[in-house]
Amino acid sequence: MEISGLIAYLVALAITAGIYAVFCLGLNIQWGYTGLFNIGIAGFFCVGAYTSALITLPTPTGIYAKYVHQLFGFNLPFIFGLFGAALVCGVLAFLIGIPTLRLGEDYLAISTLGIAETIRLIFNNEKWLANGARGLTGLPQPFEGLVDPKNYNYIYLLVVIFVLVVIYLLIERAIRSPWGRVLRAIREDEVSAAMSGKDIFNFKMQSLVFGAMVMGVAGALSAHSLKAISPEIFTPLYGTFIIWVMLIAGGSGNNKGAILGAYVIWGVWIGTQLMTDYLPYTLKARAPYIRFLVIGVILEIILIYRPQGLLGEEKKVSTMLE
Amino acid sequence: MLELVVYGIVFGSIISLGAIGLTLVFGIIRFANFAHGDLMSSGAYFALFMVTGLLSWIGVPDTTFGSLSFGWRMLIAFPVSMFMVGCVAIAADRILYRKLRNNKSSPVMLAMSSLGVAFIIRMLILIFWGADSLFYRPGLMRPALELPLGVKIRPDQILILFVVFSLVVLLHLYLQKTKMGKAMRATADNMELALVSGIDTERVIILTWGVGGALAAAGGILYGIDVQVHAYMGWNFLIPLFAATILGTIGNMWGALVGGLVIGVAQQVSTAFLLSTYKPAVAFMLMILILLFRPKGIFGGKQE
Repeated sequence: MEISGLIAYLVALAITAGIYAVFCLGLNIQWGYTGLFNIGIAGFFCVGAYTSALITLPTPTGIYAKYVHQLFGFNLPFIFGLFGAALVCGVLAFLIGIPTLRLGEDYLAISTLGIAETIRLIFNNEKWLANGARGLTGLPQPFEGLVDPKNYNYIYLLVVIFVLVVIYLLIERAIRSPWGRVLRAIREDEVSAAMSGKDIFNFKMQSLVFGAMVMGVAGALSAHSLKAISPEIFTPLYGTFIIWVMLIAGGSGNNKGAILGAYVIWGVWIGTQLMTDYLPYTLKARAPYIRFLVIGVILEIILIYRPQGLLGEEKKVSTMLE
Repeated sequence: MLELVVYGIVFGSIISLGAIGLTLVFGIIRFANFAHGDLMSSGAYFALFMVTGLLSWIGVPDTTFGSLSFGWRMLIAFPVSMFMVGCVAIAADRILYRKLRNNKSSPVMLAMSSLGVAFIIRMLILIFWGADSLFYRPGLMRPALELPLGVKIRPDQILILFVVFSLVVLLHLYLQKTKMGKAMRATADNMELALVSGIDTERVIILTWGVGGALAAAGGILYGIDVQVHAYMGWNFLIPLFAATILGTIGNMWGALVGGLVIGVAQQVSTAFLLSTYKPAVAFMLMILILLFRPKGIFGGKQE
């Protein structure tokens, strides 16, 4: 491979890992700081991606209208897609939170899992909503006219990094505020937090919604990076499981760890791809399964031998206290 | 419509087998085992391996019993697979969950670990068998019996009901009459109290996994006989299993049985109005309704 090809490859990897890092930050708010067990990330991923797609795509006209069905198409700029995705995911999280947040953490887990599967089924079966199983294509990308399409990924990498940094700073700010301290208090001991007069349900709901909004943004970023989306992308494997492994590997309760974990695990994932290239031909078709097996085994090893992850939780509570 | 109810009962009885195991694990070991659906798949694939591979290689004849769709091979494969999956569940506990318990990890970490186990089992199945749907006996005529009121049912399905209810009765007798069964119930009620009363709770945990795994395997194989064997079948069972468990109150074996039947019937009847691919969503919606109005299930005490 020549050097420019290698760089282009690395840029593409950095974009995907960066998007996963945004997901990890969202999950970190819910799980790392509040202890909410959300295993339906794929659902927010899916809703975020489709919301942004519908907001930014034009309504199909002419011959396209016969083949492409979608609920609406606003043809708005990319940034509206991001905010729209965050908004819709926030509302969805609010609705899930109502029946589940008063119950034990297992119930939230099962409910989020159920909602993720249900959402995928709806997008797969309801053709009028977003073209059913065939999905949507030709998603617009921000600043796409500025450079040669061949070099476009450099621009998108900058967009992803910009969003990542903004969200990182936002969460760091929030988590070091009194609000963030309440979340951690709830995670550590719900009863004593309640006894200190904190409304547990309200704080959990805020954390769930905030995290889901970040996931929505990540879903939108992912959609515009892929340019074409269909329901099969949002499976529990790619949409949920790998993100959990990333966060646990990096260190739950640590935003730098969340970002690091995303890059490390994505690196491992790509590394196993290079390894499975050497497999005999008959096994090649099953290479993705072998790669996911490796990710699963990594998760189990981390859970037992290094549950705090690579970085572990930061002890620092306030920037004033060094 | 009546036919859908009957099919729902057959499907529901299979869900029940999984849900009973899940509710025992939930009640005694106290975490949500997300690998339970995939334990069902592993049972189905163990049986598939024996029926189409090992037993035909040994030379067990491939005849069928009367109008049933299986014969000696399945009769041997069934209990062996139950035993093997029981061992798989115990092995997962010894290798992973016990270490996490000893590390004082939270139940959520155990649940996460079980999610990992679920993916590992599914990936192993996909590596060895691929993603295609498979059958225990391909291309078979399935004669239907005609029950009163025009309900058509296959002999296999009657047998499935019979097997499920025998297993449930056996389990009930085991829990009520034997010393180990009583120890299991005591541990479910209060683990610390059981421990100080001299019950070997680690043994109870092993046994719970064994029973849960074996029942899951039975459920998986019966589903394979009724419909087909598929790598994602366990994952599709997961939401109905949890819905049945919560509906029937966590830890309650009879509740899980009833819950499984209710969810199974609801899923089948829904196909009269909705696409059949929405079946897991129907189970999920029922679960949300239960969580909203009766979070402790139908057999649970009053909400505080």
